Amino acid sequence: MADPQLLSDARALVGRQYGRVYAWDEVNAPMVRQWCEIMGVDNPVYTDPAFALGTRHEGLIAPPGMLQVWTMEGLHANNYPPGSTDENPYEVLKIMEAHGYLSTVAVNSELTFTRPVRMGEKLYYTTRLDSVSDEKATALGTGFFVTLVMSHFAEKASGDEPVGELLFRVFKFRPANAQAPAKVEAAPAKPKRPLPGVSDDTRFFWEGCEKGQLLIQRCTACQTLRHPPAPVCIECHSFDWDTVQASGRAALYSFVVMHYPEVPPFDYPNPIGLIELEEGVRLIAGLVGVDREQLQIGQRLQVEFQTFDDQQTLPMFRPVDA
Amino acid sequence: MTSKNTKRFEDVRPGEALPELAVPVTVTLINGGAIATRDYFPGHHDADAARALGSPHVFMNILTTNGLVQRFVEQWAGPEAVFRSLKIKLGAPNYPGDCMTFSGSVTQLDADTRTVEITLGGKNSMGNHVTGTVAVVLP
Repeated sequence: MADPQLLSDARALVGRQYGRVYAWDEVNAPMVRQWCEIMGVDNPVYTDPAFALGTRHEGLIAPPGMLQVWTMEGLHANNYPPGSTDENPYEVLKIMEAHGYLSTVAVNSELTFTRPVRMGEKLYYTTRLDSVSDEKATALGTGFFVTLVMSHFAEKASGDEPVGELLFRVFKFRPANAQAPAKVEAAPAKPKRPLPGVSDDTRFFWEGCEKGQLLIQRCTACQTLRHPPAPVCIECHSFDWDTVQASGRAALYSFVVMHYPEVPPFDYPNPIGLIELEEGVRLIAGLVGVDREQLQIGQRLQVEFQTFDDQQTLPMFRPVDA
Repeated sequence: MTSKNTKRFEDVRPGEALPELAVPVTVTLINGGAIATRDYFPGHHDADAARALGSPHVFMNILTTNGLVQRFVEQWAGPEAVFRSLKIKLGAPNYPGDCMTFSGSVTQLDADTRTVEITLGGKNSMGNHVTGTVAVVLP
């Protein structure tokens, strides 16, 4: 549930206009030619002056898909030409970041063109924060859709002329299942695996892993084994328990191979097994040394332990011959 | 190849399918597209930086996707089609080694303004990289 303060702070900015961002260069043939080359665009109306002269445009125009290119800052971030605003049209995202919504993904780019842009024209744009959605839950995570509209103009002595608009929508969110969110527009340190929440009921299991032991909870009243760990015996409701070390011999009860979405830092495809220990309880663990085509329900497995990020040891299961 | 002849509005039928366009996604296309659109975000040209972000390799930037969408429609419509809008929704990333195949069809015709709307998708091995609509005015 979003902090009401966050939404009211963010909504207070809706409708705000941000100042001009100018183009470094006028619309020019070399940049158009390089863009057409890499895109595979071979329309001569962008590159062949003689052909363009005979068209309805009566001269070269810029590819419509280049509208945003002219006002990009280039190699150095936020290095805009003199006269450009130093306001940040994305300031609303900073408010969300302060509340833990750290990840950003672009969702929509909608260009509308008032008229073609011609060689030699000098462009600029202004930005308006169009809307901030209510908090939405998506497959990626929970957050807000933020929509900005950039209005592009060509400078004219007789009065600047609108040439087109960009509606740009991003989703600013908390990832659904990652503790260290992967922020798309920055370079964070390599994410580590999320750590388990450890309680008095589960501590023995993780400490066992550290020592290379696969420990299973056992009711000391009726000897029933249980996993995952819990405070009460499922058979006799006793609160008394100890642990036994499993042999690590097991069979594959079921499995899934994760392909997409790829969440760092895991490797993909990522095979996960529901594993039945020979002692009779099941647990979920990663599979190693497996070939997807060879995976078989019932296949024999043996536990081994791997340490990740120098801080977490997990049981993993490897196929062995029956 | 864009034909030298622009389609006339009267020649377009509702539901008409555009010829498919398969675009091999290469490191060169992703790098070159990013730089030609003046987008120096490291994830588009530096494989190590992209991996540090959790991606398997460099990934295509939005402005290159826009360019390829323009190409797909323009190759069918011809050189004098005038773009009125290019609206896209982004999906699965484009990584090197994949191939994105565009398909699309005519979903709206407005005789008064001679405007044709095309609904399209660009699909790679993971699903739709891009879906959207493009409106062009034809002679």
